[in-house]
Amino acid sequence: MPDPRLSVITQRLNNVSEIIAVSGGKGGVGKSLIASTLALILTKKGYSVGLFDLDFTSPSTHLILNTSGMFPKEEAGILPPVINDMKYMSIIHYSGEHTLPLRGEAISNALIELFAITRWGSLDYLILDMPPGITDVTLDLIRFIKTVRFLIITTPSTLAFETVKKLTSFLHLVQIPILGIIENMQLDQSVSLKQRIVDLALPYSGTISYDPAVEGALGNINKLLDTSFAEQLKKIVSTVFPRKLLT
Amino acid sequence: MHEWALAESIISASLEIADKEEFTKITEVKIKLGDLQQIEKNILNFALSQLTPSKLTKTKFTIESLSAKFECRVCSNTWFFNKGKLNPDKSEAIHFVPELVHTYVTCPSCNSPDFSILQGRGVWLDQIIGEK
Repeated sequence: MPDPRLSVITQRLNNVSEIIAVSGGKGGVGKSLIASTLALILTKKGYSVGLFDLDFTSPSTHLILNTSGMFPKEEAGILPPVINDMKYMSIIHYSGEHTLPLRGEAISNALIELFAITRWGSLDYLILDMPPGITDVTLDLIRFIKTVRFLIITTPSTLAFETVKKLTSFLHLVQIPILGIIENMQLDQSVSLKQRIVDLALPYSGTISYDPAVEGALGNINKLLDTSFAEQLKKIVSTVFPRKLLT
Repeated sequence: MHEWALAESIISASLEIADKEEFTKITEVKIKLGDLQQIEKNILNFALSQLTPSKLTKTKFTIESLSAKFECRVCSNTWFFNKGKLNPDKSEAIHFVPELVHTYVTCPSCNSPDFSILQGRGVWLDQIIGEK
């Protein structure tokens, strides 16, 4: 017998126009920070936005946004709490400061459960903060949500880029669109992956230079949006995202 | 209530199976409820009765509960879930996402959180009986 939860996931996302998975091959490249800031930027532009932290074992968007004290409302499922006019969902609402050690099957079950019971309502964008690599969350996501697009984050490091090549190759194989590749935390302007990204016919979206002010802005949304990091991301959002996504 | 979201999924999946099997009528849907998720049977039953579409109005929904059983991956100990040992907040977290059990429960023998759920995790369809 099929899992009954699977049959409602599509219905739950019926009124979500765009689903963007912020992903990358390596940890520590800035996926959560970019996912959170991207969601804030789109909200500021007047779009209705949701942010869903899918990094169940190592969530961090709650610290970036300072969501302490927030809890979903129970109403024929669960309604995500709202922060800065943006709907926000994370397993952290239930695990708090405790550790959540999960194997693959349990990760898959948690993902299905949360997608099946969370009522996002009408959204222009649902931004997904992905765990690194091509593991259960990535595989399940593309199994259940056929309309997802990937925004891939890397650093200028060859080590990170090698994993991006594997991720993009996989996404091509399963025919999932890549919205763009952002090169994050650039320390030296002469060191860039731009040409290597372009040479592989992958959609280079732009580079964000390393901004030491970000660390001090964690947990303070206004301060975060005032950083050079956020300014650079805003430019990428407005110039690189396909026009139809922003109209 | 969370039970309503799960009731929706049961109905939606039942209709999908009925279409696939080309049933003209579904006479019975057998549902199993794992204890770990602590679903209120009465609320689930009520939600099913309220959400039922015309194709399922004469369908009997049978709900059977099943104890949640765990097996430790470290020491192979097996044991059953005991809700009574948890405080209400932890119990509620597991109700929403049963995988939170790995945060709030450890093996009674070796204290490891690395265990598998052998049975009784949540809601699933056991059998759908229909007529063609």
